[in-house]
Amino acid sequence: MSTSHLLREHAPITGAGWKLIDAEARERLLPGLAVRRLVDFSGPHGWEHSATNLGRVERTNVSELKGVEAHRRVVMPLVELRARFTVSREELRDGDRGAENVDFVSLDAAAQRIVDAENVAVFHAWPKAGIEGITASTPHKPIVRKRSFEDYPGCVARAVELLLRNGIAGPYGLALGREDYTSVVETAEHGGYPLLDHLRNVIKGPIAWAPGVNGAVVLSMRGGDFAFESGEDLSVGYESHDTEQVSLYIEESCSFRVLTPEAAVAITPPKGR
Amino acid sequence: MGFDQYHEPPDELPEQTRTFARMCASLTEEAEAIGWYEQRLAIERDPEAAAVMADAVGEEYKHFSMDLEFLLRHTPKWREIARGVLFQEGEIVEHGEAAEAEADDEAGGDAPGTTAVPSGGSLGIGSLHGEGM
Repeated sequence: MSTSHLLREHAPITGAGWKLIDAEARERLLPGLAVRRLVDFSGPHGWEHSATNLGRVERTNVSELKGVEAHRRVVMPLVELRARFTVSREELRDGDRGAENVDFVSLDAAAQRIVDAENVAVFHAWPKAGIEGITASTPHKPIVRKRSFEDYPGCVARAVELLLRNGIAGPYGLALGREDYTSVVETAEHGGYPLLDHLRNVIKGPIAWAPGVNGAVVLSMRGGDFAFESGEDLSVGYESHDTEQVSLYIEESCSFRVLTPEAAVAITPPKGR
Repeated sequence: MGFDQYHEPPDELPEQTRTFARMCASLTEEAEAIGWYEQRLAIERDPEAAAVMADAVGEEYKHFSMDLEFLLRHTPKWREIARGVLFQEGEIVEHGEAAEAEADDEAGGDAPGTTAVPSGGSLGIGSLHGEGM
């Protein structure tokens, strides 16, 4: 009998097949999950967990009874993220036979969409989901980098200095969007010193690849500034199947709150590219 | 204090596994303390002393439970089996065998405290705090 809403037991997939799918999903998700590397993480609290406690009530008295006051609690609802994908049943049968190159192209794309969604929501914003992200909340003006990446350590150092000036202690972390990451890894400074090593010396904390992020974000990791709450952690569930394909999905539920907006600084690309 | 909780050279163990081993050692110590208090309480005649010890053993219950919950959160297959055994009415051994068989059937073996992919659908990723390039 099914014990979970993911309904995995109903899929025409063997135990070995599920192991392949789960391992592939993990492998594709892990490198880009920058949020979980850089902000406070709470949970997972389970699929039944629906809202984050904010410890507040609405000011309006909603009571209609004389002598009784009533105030509704204010909570932040969790958001359910789901990215669908399909797997060929023929490919799964090959996997059961021991094939080592099972085609998971649809799964890989779904994993990337989830990674992007998590990063965009947290590092920027997701207004329709009620998530005010880090760069949308910070009162600091973004530091605009030059077209060439050689001034990048200077930008990061200025961001760290800005945080220090505002009383935001370290350690600090750095989330690098796709373009910034590629350029940082490729660039060597005068004398051939790798830019990435220089950044490590400036930031003195983790540097994370953050696909979906525009530019980069420097943020404090001292704790208590940014809170990601996980209901159901990233999971793979079953939706339907026919004779050719099995339809599955990657899913999670989560909320995110910025508790100290001034604890982060954005580094943005120059305009008019 | 020594480093007896490590069965293998600590330098060769990933940080995650060292934490796991420390929490296992902590769980063992809490269980031992519960056993000791149980014995002391069984022979203590002074009601005031017994009340103090009864209060103290409550702390050990809490510590043991927190250690266990941490370990279960980091070992999905263990968690899955525990879910089938803990707080269930009836035959303990029967529940244990059934829970183990179900966990094996769903996901195969996991390496505790490492990169386990749990049964039940969760990919067991959780927090990666502090891990960077």
